[in-house]
Amino acid sequence: MSFREPHELHKRRGGLNIGVGVVLVLFVAVVFGLTIAKVSTNGFQMKPGATSGQTQSQTGGGN
Amino acid sequence: MSDATINQAGMATGEAGFGDYFALLKPRVMSLVVFTALVGLAAAPVAVHPMVAFASILFIAVGGGASGALNMWWDADIDRVMKRTARRPVPSGKVTAENALAVGLTLSVMSVVMLWLAAGAVAAGLLAFTIFFYAVVYTMWLKRSTPQNIVIGGAAGAFPPMIGWAVATGGVSVESVLMFAVIFMWTPPHFWALALFMKSDYENAGVPMLTVTHGRKVTRKHILVYTILLAPVALGLCFTSIAGPAYWTASIVLNALFLKGAVDVWRRDEPVAEADHYKVEKSFFKLSLAYLFVHFGAILLDATLKSMGVWA
Repeated sequence: MSFREPHELHKRRGGLNIGVGVVLVLFVAVVFGLTIAKVSTNGFQMKPGATSGQTQSQTGGGN
Repeated sequence: MSDATINQAGMATGEAGFGDYFALLKPRVMSLVVFTALVGLAAAPVAVHPMVAFASILFIAVGGGASGALNMWWDADIDRVMKRTARRPVPSGKVTAENALAVGLTLSVMSVVMLWLAAGAVAAGLLAFTIFFYAVVYTMWLKRSTPQNIVIGGAAGAFPPMIGWAVATGGVSVESVLMFAVIFMWTPPHFWALALFMKSDYENAGVPMLTVTHGRKVTRKHILVYTILLAPVALGLCFTSIAGPAYWTASIVLNALFLKGAVDVWRRDEPVAEADHYKVEKSFFKLSLAYLFVHFGAILLDATLKSMGVWA
C-alpha cells in the first residue's frame, strides 16, 4: 500500500486552513488580552447588585 | 470544482490560497488606515491602555479591509478591464465574487462589534459609517455616476484618524475634524494626478473620472484649486493642540512644495506632458504620497516629543 503524493490543490487548501487557524487563535488571544486589560484598568467594577441579585433569587426560591 | 480545472499557475480556479483572501482586504490601503488611525489615537490627549489601543487599531484595519473586499466584489467587472486592477483576486478568478461578499460582510460586522466592545459606541459608529460610505455611497453609487466620485468618496479614507481619536477620547473635536479634512481635501489632487497618466484605464472601464468627462485641462485646473483649498486646512492644524515644531515645519515646507507642484501641473498641456511621459504629473503624484505621510508622521512625532516632555 502506498500513499499518493498530495495534489497542488490540497497543498493550497492546507495553506488556507492553516492560515485561518492561525487567525482564529490570534483572535482568541486578542479578545483574551482585551478582557484582561479591561478588568485591570482603574475604575473597573461589576455592576452594583449583579452578585447580590443572584444571591437574593437563590434565597428567595426557598420562601 | 474538480481538480481537473486547476491550471499550473493556480489562476482562474476559484480555489484561493490564504494570500489571495488577504489581498482581498487591500493591504496597501489598510496600511494607510492603520497609520492614520494610529496617529489620531496617539495625538489624542487621553492615555489608552496599550492592549486596548492595539486591539482598536486592529479592528479599524479589519473594518477598512472589509470595505475593500466589498469594493472588489462590486467592482469586479471594471477591475477586469483596467490594467492596474486586473490581477486582483476576484477579476483574476482566484476568489469568487460570492466569497468576496461573504468575507466583506462578515468582517464588517465583526470589526464594528469588536471595536464597540474595545473602545465604545462613537468609534464603532464612525467605523460602521466609514464602511457604509466606502462600500455603498462611493463604490455602488458615486464611482460610476459622477466625475465628482473622488471628491465625495474621499471622505471614506479620511475617517480613520477620527476613529483613532474617538477610541481615546470617546468623541469628536476640532483636531480630529481637521485631520479628517486634510485627507479629504488631499484625495482629489492625489487621484486626479494618477488619472492624468492612467487615462486609458478609466476610459476603458467607463468610470467617469474628471479626465474622461471634462478633459485634462479642466482636471489640471481642479488639481490646482483643490491644492489651494488644502493648504489652509493643513496649516490650520498648526493652531491646534496636537501640532508642534515638527508639524509646523513639515506643513509649511510641504504646502509650499505641493502648491508649486500643482502650478507646474496646471501650466502644462498634453503635447508637452506626452513628450516627457507625464514626468511632472508622476512626480506630483509621488509628492502627494509624501505630503500625507509626512504630515501625519509629524503629528506622531510631536505627540511623542510631547509625551517625553520635550515641548509642552
